[in-house]
Amino acid sequence: MEWYLPVIWAGLIGTAVAMYVVLDGFDLGIGILFPFTPEEEERDQMMNSVAPFWDGNETWLVLGGGGLWVAFPMAYAVIMPAFYLPVLGMLLALVFRGVSFEFRWVAKPSHRMWDIAFAGGSIVAAFLQGVILGGLLQGITVADGQYAGGAFDWLTPFSLFVGLAVVAGYGLLGATWLIMRTSGPVQALARRFATPLLLAVLGAMAVVSLWTPLAVDRIAERWFSLPNLYLLWPVPLAAALVGFGIWRWLKQGREGLPFAGAILLFLLGYAGLVISNVPYLVPPHLTFWDTAAAPASQIFLLIGTIFLLPLVLGYTAFVYWMFRAKVEPGEGYH
Amino acid sequence: MEFDPVLLARIQFAFTISFHIIFPAFTIGLSAFIAVLLMAWRWTRNDKYQRLARFWTKIFAVSFAMGVVSGIVLSYQFGTNWSRFSEYAGNVIGPLIGYEVLTAFYLEATFLGILLFGWNRFPPWLITVAACLVATGTAISAFWILAANSWMQTPAGHEIRDGVAYPLDWLQIIFNPSFPYRFAHMLNAAYLTTAVVVLAVGARYLLGGRHIEESRTMMRMAVGMIAVSATLQLVIGDMHGLNTLEHQPVKVAAMEGHWSGRDPGALVLFGLPDEEARTNHLEVAIPNLGSLILTHDWEGTYLGITDFPEDQWPPIANVFFTFRIMVGIGLLLIVTGFWGLYLWWRGRLFDNRLFLRATSHMWPLGFVAILAGWFVTEQGRQPWLVYGHLRTADGISPVPGASVAGTLALFVFIYGIVFATGIYYINRLINSGPKGEATEAAAGVPNRPLSAAEEATREATGRPANEGPGKPLTAPKG
Repeated sequence: MEWYLPVIWAGLIGTAVAMYVVLDGFDLGIGILFPFTPEEEERDQMMNSVAPFWDGNETWLVLGGGGLWVAFPMAYAVIMPAFYLPVLGMLLALVFRGVSFEFRWVAKPSHRMWDIAFAGGSIVAAFLQGVILGGLLQGITVADGQYAGGAFDWLTPFSLFVGLAVVAGYGLLGATWLIMRTSGPVQALARRFATPLLLAVLGAMAVVSLWTPLAVDRIAERWFSLPNLYLLWPVPLAAALVGFGIWRWLKQGREGLPFAGAILLFLLGYAGLVISNVPYLVPPHLTFWDTAAAPASQIFLLIGTIFLLPLVLGYTAFVYWMFRAKVEPGEGYH
Repeated sequence: MEFDPVLLARIQFAFTISFHIIFPAFTIGLSAFIAVLLMAWRWTRNDKYQRLARFWTKIFAVSFAMGVVSGIVLSYQFGTNWSRFSEYAGNVIGPLIGYEVLTAFYLEATFLGILLFGWNRFPPWLITVAACLVATGTAISAFWILAANSWMQTPAGHEIRDGVAYPLDWLQIIFNPSFPYRFAHMLNAAYLTTAVVVLAVGARYLLGGRHIEESRTMMRMAVGMIAVSATLQLVIGDMHGLNTLEHQPVKVAAMEGHWSGRDPGALVLFGLPDEEARTNHLEVAIPNLGSLILTHDWEGTYLGITDFPEDQWPPIANVFFTFRIMVGIGLLLIVTGFWGLYLWWRGRLFDNRLFLRATSHMWPLGFVAILAGWFVTEQGRQPWLVYGHLRTADGISPVPGASVAGTLALFVFIYGIVFATGIYYINRLINSGPKGEATEAAAGVPNRPLSAAEEATREATGRPANEGPGKPLTAPKG
């Protein structure tokens, strides 16, 4: 068996998930910050800053989920039933939020319901994504290659905590995005929220970093055995430094750097989770070799991906670049 | 309370996919229409095309959003509700869905941003290119979905080992025996459905004496499209039927209400199929015409329902009736298309009240026909998930029935609210019409270049000229 194919695919899906978390993260973050201003014009501006992108951003979720099915059908078939309720709940939240981008404008002036749908959908989707992540980290019951737990196994204090952490994290991404992409009252609002959110995120990262090794021996061993201890300590150190950097940049009133810093912080946190769990896709039972699809299937899609993914990244970057100007109040297509 | 997870999972999937399919069907056609309008605008420099394109783009945006969100749900439902099927077929179908994401979803989603938000920011050619890319993306998306669906109907190019399908030949998997017919039938259905909506909207405006120039353009384009694509649909449908007879004979027997293979097939116009008695009640039929259509021989015979064991029967009545609804609408649309052509030829297309009134109510017909067609093909596949290989009952997830029931109730509730509202909003956009589009563009709610006076106000006050939340600017037409 080609041992490297599952590794390549794990890398690709990991990348897709990272892209999703960063891109839809700031996008959901806008919705998380939405309730904090009652001003219609500010909400319009917040929404307009992501309106051209949200759809493309969310496509990474489909690539992540679809990619998991393609490359690791068994993991997909175990994870989805295990998180049946939170997954469907997240999707329904995304339904509400996604349609409100368009509905809100058509509904004007009576669009209060879609303001609530946008904010509520974003918060619930972010929270449940965190819950799913937390549930995955704490492990799933598997027997005979099938999910063998109950409907509410995912519901633990830890998964709820991770849910809140993800809401704060996406809020931080959203706030720093708004600092970069808007001016005036919206930018001021985002600045007000960025620092507390940053502290919440750093706190949550610290808690998760302590909680998981204490609860799971496998993770403790990964981080604290030799020589790993020497190799891995730069990850939390870098996270702390980046956190400090964002705090400084926010104080200095920088516009682009806090967003870049927030992305970096997310990626470092993500790297920490990957380090804790490699090579498990379904901790602590199934590795990516256990659950890999037939090599012929993995190769078939890989060939296309090699050509198509750079193309996708290219035109995504093109569109982001085309819309690089700050969003002014009163601007939009409707 | 006992819940049957198989039945509930089937209802949940049927419910969500029925909602979903309406929107892609519409946006496949609409994106092509918008691309054609924009190309016509670039070619003729006639601004009516641009007004029409912008008007339909708004409706497209609302429909597309609903298609996207309901589609994301579906892509995860394979895993949540059908995890055993996902494992069984993942090696084969998974990559097809993967290619759909990579070749179509990103293309549509990314360039939609330019099509919607670029109007006063980017040059017209870029908007036109974006529209063409979005239209191409939607058609490519249909290609992959239909390939995956067709493989479930007529699986080919794989082998089964230890209860899991493994790919042998990708060309055979993608271009499986029923794929070309299904893809052509669906794509044409999408264009036809959109043309019917465009015709209905044009007729509605003309009846109200509004947007005359734009409506005439819409009516001409739609009538031409309907005459061609509805006729073509009859031909494709016939070929598809012959293909189904070859690969899924019991489905065709159910469609025809044809019980015994010893008799030549009649064309049953109406009847009430009775599975117990194995016959149709109140049957109105033309003898032997079924044989003529399917075997091209007046005395030809083909297998009937009772030639198959009962545990391989699809739900006969559902397949029988939905097939009649689809075909009935198809024939009605052919008549409509040629009636319109005749009126056009006589120079009466825009003032024949009967035609205008009839067609103004026709907008749902294409959607109903598409749904009916899907019911025929998907229910006709039962009791199989992968035809002849994997039974539906063996494909579901190990999930408690109560979870499926709970989420089904949520889906019904939420989709009910969200999509009813969406359709209401689309109707509202249609009511405001393309003329409103032009004045609204000048009124400044969209991204328009600021007028000089506003620019001055802006510079003087540091704030935009509009005041008060949500109040549209009232700048004169620039």
